[in-house]
Amino acid sequence: MNAQIAIFLVQDGLTNGAIYALLALALVLVFAVTRVIFIPQGEFVTYGALTLASLQLGKLPGTAWLLLAAGIAVTAVELAQALRLGAAERIPGILFKYVIFPAAVMGLAWWAAPLKLALTLQVLLTLIVVVPLGPMVYRLAYQPLANASVLVLLIISVAVHFAMTGLGLVFFGAEGSRTPAFSDAHWNLGVLTVSGQSLWVMGTSLALIVGLFLFFEHTIYGKALRATAINRVGARLVGVSPAMAGKLSFTLAALIGALSGILIAPITTIYYDSGFLVGLKGFVGAIVGGLVSYPIAAAGALLVGLLEAYASFWASAYKEVIVFTLIIPVLIWRSFTTHHIEDEEE
Amino acid sequence: MSLLLDVRDLCVTYGKVEAVHRVALSVKEGSIVTVIGPNGAGKTTLLAALMGMLHARGSVSYAGKEITRVEPEQRVSRGLCLVPERRELFATMTVEDNLVLGAFHRYRKRDKAITADFEQVYQLFPRLHERRRQLAGTLSGGERQMLALGRALMSRPRLLMLDEPSLGLAPLIVRDIFRVIAGLRETGVSILLVEQNARAALQVADYGYVLETGEIAIEGPSADLASDPRVVESYLGLVAGNTEKAS
Amino acid sequence: MNRARLALGAFLAFMLIAPLVLPAFHVTLLNYIGLYSIVALGLVLLTGVGGLTSFGQAAFVGVGAYTTAYLSTAYGVSPWLTLLLGLALTFVLSLFLGFISLRLSGHYLPLGTIAWGISLYYLFGNMEFLGGHNGLSSIPAISLFGLALDSARKFDYLIWTLASLALLSMHNLLDSRSGRAIRALKGGGLMAESFGVDTARMKIIIFVHAALLASLSGWLYAHLLRFVNPTPFSINAGIEYLFMAVVGGAASVWGAVVGAGILTVLKQWLQDLLPRLLGQSGNFEMIVFGVLLVILLQRAREGIMPLIVNRFPAPRRPLPATTQVLPKRARPAAGEAMLEIRNVRKVFGGLVAVNELSFAMNSGEILGLIGPNGAGKSTVFNLVTGVLPGTGGEVYFRGERIDTLSARDIVPRGMARTFQQVHLLPTMSVLENVAIGAHLRGSKGVISAALRLEREEEAMLLAEAARQLERVGLGGHVQEQAGSLALGQQRILEIARALCADPVLLLLDEPAAGLRYQEKRALAELLRKLRSEGMSILLVEHDMDFVMKLVDRLVVMDFGEKLAEGLPQEIQTNPAVLEAYLGGVK
Repeated sequence: MNAQIAIFLVQDGLTNGAIYALLALALVLVFAVTRVIFIPQGEFVTYGALTLASLQLGKLPGTAWLLLAAGIAVTAVELAQALRLGAAERIPGILFKYVIFPAAVMGLAWWAAPLKLALTLQVLLTLIVVVPLGPMVYRLAYQPLANASVLVLLIISVAVHFAMTGLGLVFFGAEGSRTPAFSDAHWNLGVLTVSGQSLWVMGTSLALIVGLFLFFEHTIYGKALRATAINRVGARLVGVSPAMAGKLSFTLAALIGALSGILIAPITTIYYDSGFLVGLKGFVGAIVGGLVSYPIAAAGALLVGLLEAYASFWASAYKEVIVFTLIIPVLIWRSFTTHHIEDEEE
Repeated sequence: MSLLLDVRDLCVTYGKVEAVHRVALSVKEGSIVTVIGPNGAGKTTLLAALMGMLHARGSVSYAGKEITRVEPEQRVSRGLCLVPERRELFATMTVEDNLVLGAFHRYRKRDKAITADFEQVYQLFPRLHERRRQLAGTLSGGERQMLALGRALMSRPRLLMLDEPSLGLAPLIVRDIFRVIAGLRETGVSILLVEQNARAALQVADYGYVLETGEIAIEGPSADLASDPRVVESYLGLVAGNTEKAS
Repeated sequence: MNRARLALGAFLAFMLIAPLVLPAFHVTLLNYIGLYSIVALGLVLLTGVGGLTSFGQAAFVGVGAYTTAYLSTAYGVSPWLTLLLGLALTFVLSLFLGFISLRLSGHYLPLGTIAWGISLYYLFGNMEFLGGHNGLSSIPAISLFGLALDSARKFDYLIWTLASLALLSMHNLLDSRSGRAIRALKGGGLMAESFGVDTARMKIIIFVHAALLASLSGWLYAHLLRFVNPTPFSINAGIEYLFMAVVGGAASVWGAVVGAGILTVLKQWLQDLLPRLLGQSGNFEMIVFGVLLVILLQRAREGIMPLIVNRFPAPRRPLPATTQVLPKRARPAAGEAMLEIRNVRKVFGGLVAVNELSFAMNSGEILGLIGPNGAGKSTVFNLVTGVLPGTGGEVYFRGERIDTLSARDIVPRGMARTFQQVHLLPTMSVLENVAIGAHLRGSKGVISAALRLEREEEAMLLAEAARQLERVGLGGHVQEQAGSLALGQQRILEIARALCADPVLLLLDEPAAGLRYQEKRALAELLRKLRSEGMSILLVEHDMDFVMKLVDRLVVMDFGEKLAEGLPQEIQTNPAVLEAYLGGVK
């Protein structure tokens, strides 16, 4: 390996690592706020990438149908609850959020898909279709079990992952897709060739991380999410409902997931089940941070990206083995730095 | 004076154990009502149920409306507020952010008076102003209780429920806290006070209930309770023993 | 004959005849259900009973399958030997993985299992000598006493014989001293530790046990199909195994068979139906499995098994008869030094919970530790019993320094406790709950339990539990579920459980809290009786009336420090105590 290849691999690793870092942040966020280990994060990556790919082909993405169906399911659940609590005043809001809005998005996608709009508009449309699925998934699968143990929530996560992967297959088929790069530009800096796409990925990731930081530090909703993560009972007592916090964190996670998919789709071919492995690499990073520290999780994810880049150069067949085996030294290290055996949770 | 809180037939069960059994109590607008009783009598459970944090059977009406099935978050925005025994502060956030979150539902309604309320809370507890940039977890026990009260006041409560506000505090600070509680009534806040410090509670309250093994055993105006031989024997027993020996 | 036995008999008869009469397709299905049941059984133990989870069981199945596939094809090693080698390899691997992830809090284990589940899958697919993604074929058939099990029908008997043995041994294990400790892991870890159960070790044991069952299933799989490739050992297969265990539920070991049966048949049906419905091919059954599981966990978190078990009420089991009695430790002479606390300190973060506290008590004494809520009494308890490490100071028990010991090492020295919040296992019987207290008075482990070689010791442990229940007056409730007792009885149960540890010092944390007047009187009566039998008792209590009439001496705490010490009458007139209890508002 010469220096040029080494530097190329660093660039490659950091580009993927930036995406893993975003996913790691979303996973830490969701876990801290809701105690959900969000395995289906990867499916949002897939849905983001493949929805955009469908739009590029001028086809109506199947996810728009899913949004409509999920909306109707949420409507049924919410209406039943409103009637049980005798809260009829909620009905118009429910109908607007979960019937009219998804139907409008569906209509928009139907109209816009064949037009093959500019890339930016397609990206925007992709986000409008995919992101609302986040809070809906929370409402349907997790909210009824908000007090369950981490273990039960994890099994739910895996079940949701199963269902969403299968739906991905229905909507997008078994064929993989790749979307065109945001930028074909290349710059030569000495031995290093910097690609425009890498800069896009890293720039967007950085902007999103700064955005998240500002959101958590300076907005009342950001503070409410932090409060829920620190003390769930305390948060309820000041009027922050766990359902609201859950939906908000799932919205953010879906946004991050879909954006990651949009960023990664030009770099690698995405199949209906690719998101799972992408998301899990974010997880390896998040576990480095103990699922609590945002900066360490992001750093861990960058490390995963670099390791993967070098592994695919040296032993490409064993790439996944090497990346996922990284978790073993991490667990060893954590088990020797954690001194107490935690009692089972309530 | 009208009834702000009217509770009837309230039952709370954990698994198969009934922790609160057919409790009836009421709080008049602008009054202080105390619930006293031994550890394990169900006082904390009672408050948690009134806040909606636990599932309960029976009826709870607040400000003339039935709220038995209303979620805790909605109770907060209607002016019901609980300061729990464990304070439940946001330990790794600043004092100021804790207070900001106390007014969470008011930010959602874009309430303009929030800034003025900050001033008021800081005036009431100057220590919190000094420490507003500090993390809540670094405060002393007394300061934590002040912050818990301050956070509750930021929600502009109509009915404030306090669970053992004197717990683990030095006598001097207990005195301060009780002075604040008595002062709150002057501003129109009604208070439901759960205390193990029965004597202090009965001194500040208008009306009192004695809770024993989940049921109301005795009730009456505070002055009557403080001299009721059954209360004296059970909760002020130490003094009774003392006076007997002294006499 | 009760209904449960009839059902068991019908099951065995079916298994005996089915391979002879069913069409080939159904025999194949039955074979798979058997293979999956063995894996799911491990997960019922791990997840349903123990509260731990693994998504990586398919990888352990793969280890068993590939070990025998490789060794029997490349070197012609006998399948019976490769079974042992596969189990040995799985043992080492699972011990290592369990050791590094079980020390961490709950969610690291499942995440770890996903990661190495994927790693092993890719490893199987990329290793040249394992045939890569094409796999290994021409695996020899197993022969048993010269009879080659070379057809699905013949093999069925092997699978279901082993599956039945696995079920039986698991059933035996759960109904034993070790089984009680395992069942305490979910929801009673702290309590179990304080009666000497090594919970970390128990977790590793059940993790390894589940892995070994998976490996056994893999060995069977390889010799049934006579061919292996990586696909059935993927992470998705691992997830399906967990689904089987969850669907079946942990109410009984049969949950594994029920779960495996339902999912196998359902999958078969859906794989036929869905592609026709959707007009394309693919694993669409994933969608249905995912949605079904979400609904199941929301509606019936315990799985399907409880619905079935309730139709077969278990007969009331008489206590096993035994004439032997567990040995008891020597009682100390009255007045001998029992417990001494010297300058003990405990700091939480910046908060001083206990500050330079010293006191001592002698044998045969009831010492009350009182003080306002938040004074640090419970912290003292946790320091003495070894639940919390102290920040400074020393604790001596019968002359031996114990503040450096863990909770588990203190119990066998003759100290036992109750908890302020009742810690019991609500779905276990009163008798079994109390028997956990005697954990350290038995010694038989998991293997002898699975093989039923510990019946004598088990009878002695249960007899001891029954004796202690009789002693505290709960003799009439032995077979009831602990969760159905009233709070007062639950507190008494805790005392019986503590007595089962054969202590010379009892530590009771607010035993009278929440009790009714009559219950308090009965409790005081019981404690007096225990004292008259030579028991020493350290009592944290808040109810003055109760304490003053019962104890020999009192230590009063306030703000983590000792405020006063003396006879009840002295304390009642002590001005400092009065100030602490009543001071504040004047």
